[in-house]
Amino acid sequence: MPRGHAALGVVVPLLALAVWQGVTLAGMVPPSMLPPPAEMVRTLAEMAGSGELAQAVGITAWRLAWGFVVGAAAGTVLGALCGASALARALLDPTVQALRSVPSLAWVPLFILWLGIFESSKTTLIAVGVFFPVYLNLMSGIAQVDRKLLEVGVVHGYSRLRRLIAIQLPAALPAYVVGLRSGLGLGWMFVSAAELLGASNGLGFVLDDGEQTGRPERVLVAILLFGLCGKTTDMALAAAGARLVRWQDNAMPVQGQRALQPA
Amino acid sequence: MAHEVHIAGLAKTYGSQRVLGPLDLHLEAGTITVVIGRSGCGKSTLLRCLGGLEKPDAGSIRIGAGQLRREDIGYVFQEPRLMPWLTVSRNVAFGLRGHPARDDRVAEALAIVGLQQAASLLPKQLSGGMAQRAALARALAPKPELILLDEPFSALDPFSRESLQQHLLHLYRHYRTTMVLITHDMDEALTLGDRILVMQGPPGKIVADLSRHDTKARLREALEPGGRGPPGPQAGAERPQTPLRARAL
Ligand SMILES: Nc1ncnc2c1ncn2[C@@H]1O[C@H](COP(=O)(O)OP(=O)(O)OP(=O)(O)O)[C@@H](O)[C@H]1O
Ligand SMILES: [Mg+2]
Repeated sequence: MPRGHAALGVVVPLLALAVWQGVTLAGMVPPSMLPPPAEMVRTLAEMAGSGELAQAVGITAWRLAWGFVVGAAAGTVLGALCGASALARALLDPTVQALRSVPSLAWVPLFILWLGIFESSKTTLIAVGVFFPVYLNLMSGIAQVDRKLLEVGVVHGYSRLRRLIAIQLPAALPAYVVGLRSGLGLGWMFVSAAELLGASNGLGFVLDDGEQTGRPERVLVAILLFGLCGKTTDMALAAAGARLVRWQDNAMPVQGQRALQPA
Repeated sequence: MAHEVHIAGLAKTYGSQRVLGPLDLHLEAGTITVVIGRSGCGKSTLLRCLGGLEKPDAGSIRIGAGQLRREDIGYVFQEPRLMPWLTVSRNVAFGLRGHPARDDRVAEALAIVGLQQAASLLPKQLSGGMAQRAALARALAPKPELILLDEPFSALDPFSRESLQQHLLHLYRHYRTTMVLITHDMDEALTLGDRILVMQGPPGKIVADLSRHDTKARLREALEPGGRGPPGPQAGAERPQTPLRARAL
């Protein structure tokens, strides 16, 4: 993307902000529905000052991190196994695919029954969300590696295990990074769902609480923070992933790879 | 040490279409055999069978006394097939894992193909000819005892092609490695081949068995469709003119 175009991305948000300010100033919407932007900034500053903001973000990020690590680890192990072995794939993949077609939120009552309403049910829900994209992308990345590259391993006397390590895994890395990134996206979605459905702290609780107590500025602040956190972690993961797959010969770098280039 | 190659009754079918053979051949140890033929006649299929990448439907292949290890066969594919995530030197080291003199071998192979300057580049930064030279270096680095080359010089300019041909001949004179080389190029066949097998097909059969002392005109004549020995499945047409030692197996 040409440098000049990067600035274009902020045009629409700035316009929206101006419209928002105008609408609230003109009194077209009651402040109990949509507070003016300044009110939001004040709320944000207040929450930051009292330490509530740091606590909410910290708790939510902590839950997400746990769920992400557990889900990504499970997805990595099973994905690698099913990608590398046709037998494992035939044995396990149909079951995984069947489970995938269950809408993930439908698990919530079961997790709560089994694991209680506290942390483990939340972590499990997030992990389920993260698991599927990681599993699917890694499995197909490994299974679909170019036969021509595998033959290079064959003619050099590589065993199956060595071919997996030296050829299939590196070749699957780009797909794996894609899987981790969409897993992280789903992780944010599920952490907000888990906290909305029953939590006494965290960003999702701020959302729920703002609704219950009729304070839209708190809801908006929580939404903004979810967006910021999601974008930041995705950019960090994309930048880390881009370092790993710099060898790729792509016409268009994946979004976020730009972050790697010197300004 | 060089190895002879015995091929008896070799045939390969894809689906219902026979693309190769039946073929009987004996390749002397320490010789360069060039297989030349038109596109699609079955040359790569023959080489893939020799390299153990394709399971023949019929017939047998014996290389040396049979105790040859996989690592002792060098294979240069028709395409470079470099690992895109490895630098050139790491690609060249692909067959040298755990080798005590790995770095020396890599440097030596890179020098032969003239890629010392490109050692730390990634495959996406190479031209087609550079990639082909890197692939050749990868096959040469482990000093294989039998080298199978599938059109190794096809993407090169005439200058590097000639210099690499000379390098290959030099290696050959030095180590007396057995080589099987596939080409489309008549001059290359006459430059490199101790023996030149003309293939027509599919199904791929040897229709003429020439030597480096034959003329280009004769080679051209044999390459004409139906020029010498029609490509059809005529018994005996594929039989090389030299005595078939494979018969004695
Ligand atoms: N995997 C495959 N499945 C089906 N048919 C194949 C396959 N590989 C090759 N063939 C067929 O086998 C025949 C011989 O192919 P081969 O690659 O050996 O030709 P070639 O002589 O090496 O040609 P070229 O000079 O163009 O490389 C062709 O007619 C091709 O269509
Ligand atoms: Mg070919």
